[in-house]
Amino acid sequence: MALEETHVRRAAHLARLAISDDQASRFVDDLSQILDMVDQLQRIDTDGVAPLAHPLDATQRLRADEVTETNQRDTFQRCAPVVEDGLYLVPRVVE
Amino acid sequence: MQWETVIGLEVHVQLATKSKIFSGASTAFGAEPNSQACAVDLGMPGVLPVLNEQAVAMAVQFGLAVHAEIPEVSVFDRKNYFYPDLPKGYQTSQMYHPIVGPGEVEITLDDDTVKHVRIHHAHLEEDAGKSLHEDYHGMTGIDLNRAGTPLLEIVSEPDMRSAKEAAAYLKAIHSIVTYLGISDGNMAEGSMRCDVNVSVRPVGQAEYGTRAEIKNVNSFRFVERAIAFEVERQIELIEDGSNVVQETRLFDPERDETRSMRTKEEANDYRYFPCPDLLPVVLDQAYVDHLREALPELPADKRERFQSELGLSAYDANVLSASRSMAEFFEEVKDVCGDAKQAANWVQGEFSGALNRENLSIEQSPINARQLGELISRVMDETINGKAAKEVFQALWNNQGKSADEVIEAKGLKQVTDTGAIEAMIDEVIADSPAQVAQYCDAEPEKRGKMIGYFVGQVMKASRGTANPQQVNKLLKEKLDAKL
Repeated sequence: MALEETHVRRAAHLARLAISDDQASRFVDDLSQILDMVDQLQRIDTDGVAPLAHPLDATQRLRADEVTETNQRDTFQRCAPVVEDGLYLVPRVVE
Repeated sequence: MQWETVIGLEVHVQLATKSKIFSGASTAFGAEPNSQACAVDLGMPGVLPVLNEQAVAMAVQFGLAVHAEIPEVSVFDRKNYFYPDLPKGYQTSQMYHPIVGPGEVEITLDDDTVKHVRIHHAHLEEDAGKSLHEDYHGMTGIDLNRAGTPLLEIVSEPDMRSAKEAAAYLKAIHSIVTYLGISDGNMAEGSMRCDVNVSVRPVGQAEYGTRAEIKNVNSFRFVERAIAFEVERQIELIEDGSNVVQETRLFDPERDETRSMRTKEEANDYRYFPCPDLLPVVLDQAYVDHLREALPELPADKRERFQSELGLSAYDANVLSASRSMAEFFEEVKDVCGDAKQAANWVQGEFSGALNRENLSIEQSPINARQLGELISRVMDETINGKAAKEVFQALWNNQGKSADEVIEAKGLKQVTDTGAIEAMIDEVIADSPAQVAQYCDAEPEKRGKMIGYFVGQVMKASRGTANPQQVNKLLKEKLDAKL
């Protein structure tokens, strides 16, 4: 698949990554090579092979529905830039 | 041109687990901000989610209640987007292998006809936190207590054709989840939230029109109002020669309209992929069978039984089975008094009327099912007449006695059925009303039936409401007709 710079810029924007022009053109090359490898994988005949949701051959363990956590708000909020009335404050979100 | 409305609903139900879907933090409503948001809910580095077994069981119970397929394997995916109330930068959800497959819900319409709405699937996911947009010095406040609360998102097929059908579907879902006890269904507290997909098409056209998704529709009434507005808007657009745009709109209950939510063009690219922190969930048949056996009787089955076994009308059966608390109250009243129809009349009439007047739920009722059932028994065995029964009901409601019998005794409401005593009262009334007696005798025979009402009223008054009205009627007619 031919990757263009607009694709890279869009992916970077979605992931909220700031990239320079120089980086953008380098990522076009790097990511194109990865996609070439994916293309190669796509050509393999996988009829009759079940999709793999996880590389580990195991199933999810479940926990009992019990409250085990205590209130540690003060500890957690120590690393937040701004808090008030127990709330984390963030730049205004425009709806 | 005739238009047809096509509606599909996405209902988010908060599951009534004690702890969150992937952490051991409490889900209790109304706690201090961020006091129930632990490291997992906050998306701190190095934490791992562990799935709550109760959330899984509740989702499967719902699936079984809507006759859905329960796939052996389901998988959690990450839905990626950035918003401050989503600390991890993704919502853990199920995109490709949901826990509940296709199913079906029965809805009852106003004319008592039953329609089936197909469920596309239902999946488990985590709720986000809450953004508080009040002014915090130009900033937004974030409360993450709700982050990680288990949600079951129930996605219907576009099978509904009117706002009324959509409301009936939402009520059916509400009724199922509350019967199962998997959610408190409290829409005011956000335990059940609804997004509505609406489109219109010319009657007879097979393809669907372009749809708009309406968010924030959080009451049964709003669903109808939001759809009514949106349908009107879309038809006007098309008839004016323009097109409906596929977009997300917000319902504003105060202005009774839907508004376009300006979203960035790329906002809907969620880049779903399987969550590497969670393994596939595998449910064996024995587990599913075990949950199936433990299912309570569901609203549709109750409605059917109320009609076929108890002989109630479709309307009565529907009203009385709508909520589990209503159905259980009714069944206890019926068991105590032994008559389903009388129980149905009293529960829907006097009892529901009193609850509505005082805006109480069944759980808050000052009168219990046993008291009401005993009161009905006393009407049925003719200890009291209908008028006295209302007085007894009111006294019990106001906590002026523990049982119907106690109130009847204390207030002297026992019905007088002794013919001699009633005759004595009648004779007195007739003797005191010579003018009315003369009028009665002079009247056309067909008008006398109505005129007898005056005398009945006087006799009932003389007996302080305790005389048996049928006997009063019969004896009065005999005595008056003897004077002709």
